[in-house]
Amino acid sequence: MKSDLYIFAGLFVMAAVSYAVRSVPIAFLKKPITNKYVQAFLYYVPYVTLAVMTFPAIIYATQTPISGLIALIVGCVLGLFGAGLFPIAISCCGAVLIAEFFLV
Amino acid sequence: MKNTTSETAAKYAFQIPVNKNAFANGARDGFPIGLGYLAAAFSLGIAARNAGLTPFQSTLASLLCNASAGEYAGFTLIAAGASLLEIAVVIFITNARYLLMSCAMSQRMATDMPGKHRMAMAFFITDELFAINMARPGYLNPYYSYGSAATSLTLWALGTALGTIAGNILPMRLVSAFSVTLYGMFLAVIIPPVRHDRIVGALVIISFIGSWLFSQLEIFSSISAGTKTILLTLLIAGGAALLFPREAEGGQEEDRDISHVEEAKSEETREDV
Repeated sequence: MKSDLYIFAGLFVMAAVSYAVRSVPIAFLKKPITNKYVQAFLYYVPYVTLAVMTFPAIIYATQTPISGLIALIVGCVLGLFGAGLFPIAISCCGAVLIAEFFLV
Repeated sequence: MKNTTSETAAKYAFQIPVNKNAFANGARDGFPIGLGYLAAAFSLGIAARNAGLTPFQSTLASLLCNASAGEYAGFTLIAAGASLLEIAVVIFITNARYLLMSCAMSQRMATDMPGKHRMAMAFFITDELFAINMARPGYLNPYYSYGSAATSLTLWALGTALGTIAGNILPMRLVSAFSVTLYGMFLAVIIPPVRHDRIVGALVIISFIGSWLFSQLEIFSSISAGTKTILLTLLIAGGAALLFPREAEGGQEEDRDISHVEEAKSEETREDV
């Protein structure tokens, strides 16, 4: 059990850094970034970070790894067909529900 | 696509009638996004509960941070008892994409827009809200931004609260199913662009494999999850930036964002982008 002080300090750091990242460029940037390496790095970061956080974590989030794997495949296939946020999130959810009905 | 400067400046000048409309339009466009947030935040709430947070703490985090991946990473670190410095670095890395979005938004703000609007709009940058705001023609309207945030981020906070409260009274079957909605949301951000950008596709696959290797190999077993995320992001995104730099063309991020919006709204007009 973590102390409340530690948790609130952690939340404060999370909030402060989250806002700083969003506000500092808007507050100070008057000119566009021109360095193509920095530009490219910032462009690639979200994809890599989110992909790293998704796999293999998704297969440990469910009751059996197989249902998580099915959710991953469903999400990827729908994404490749260009489905939106809500359909993909709900379909992954439904896929696990159905898969675990048979698996668990 | 963009209105001329004088046209938008004139539009911006008529604050009172336009603002009400803009807020309502934003609220309307934010609602379907909010439904997705509600489901994803529910699983985030479960993660918060597992990390030992109370419903008040997790809801506060969602109201203040507005970030799925960032909050998830933060909760994981708090659960592990990580140092505040480590939390700061991981939040910076997981939210680093907002630096780019903030840069892009700064280019679309009227020069005479008051500083309070600029700073308030910065608070409401999320992947999806950024996308629908940038898809509007002309200068960004702060009231549209507030409207879109009012519906979507309220549902985000509500979902987090419900997940933390109800996460343990729901049957395992449902918890298990809800837990993947967060990952579904991540997939909805990273997979659709793969269709138009092979480099991104390759990066996603390399990231999956790298992340899996890190989780399996004995030598990495002592490194925390957050540090693994940082290392892999710096390695893979940094390597890709060196190999495939991108020309700083103003339109590039915007094109990507607009295609995101169409996907976020899941309208049938998607193919027209």
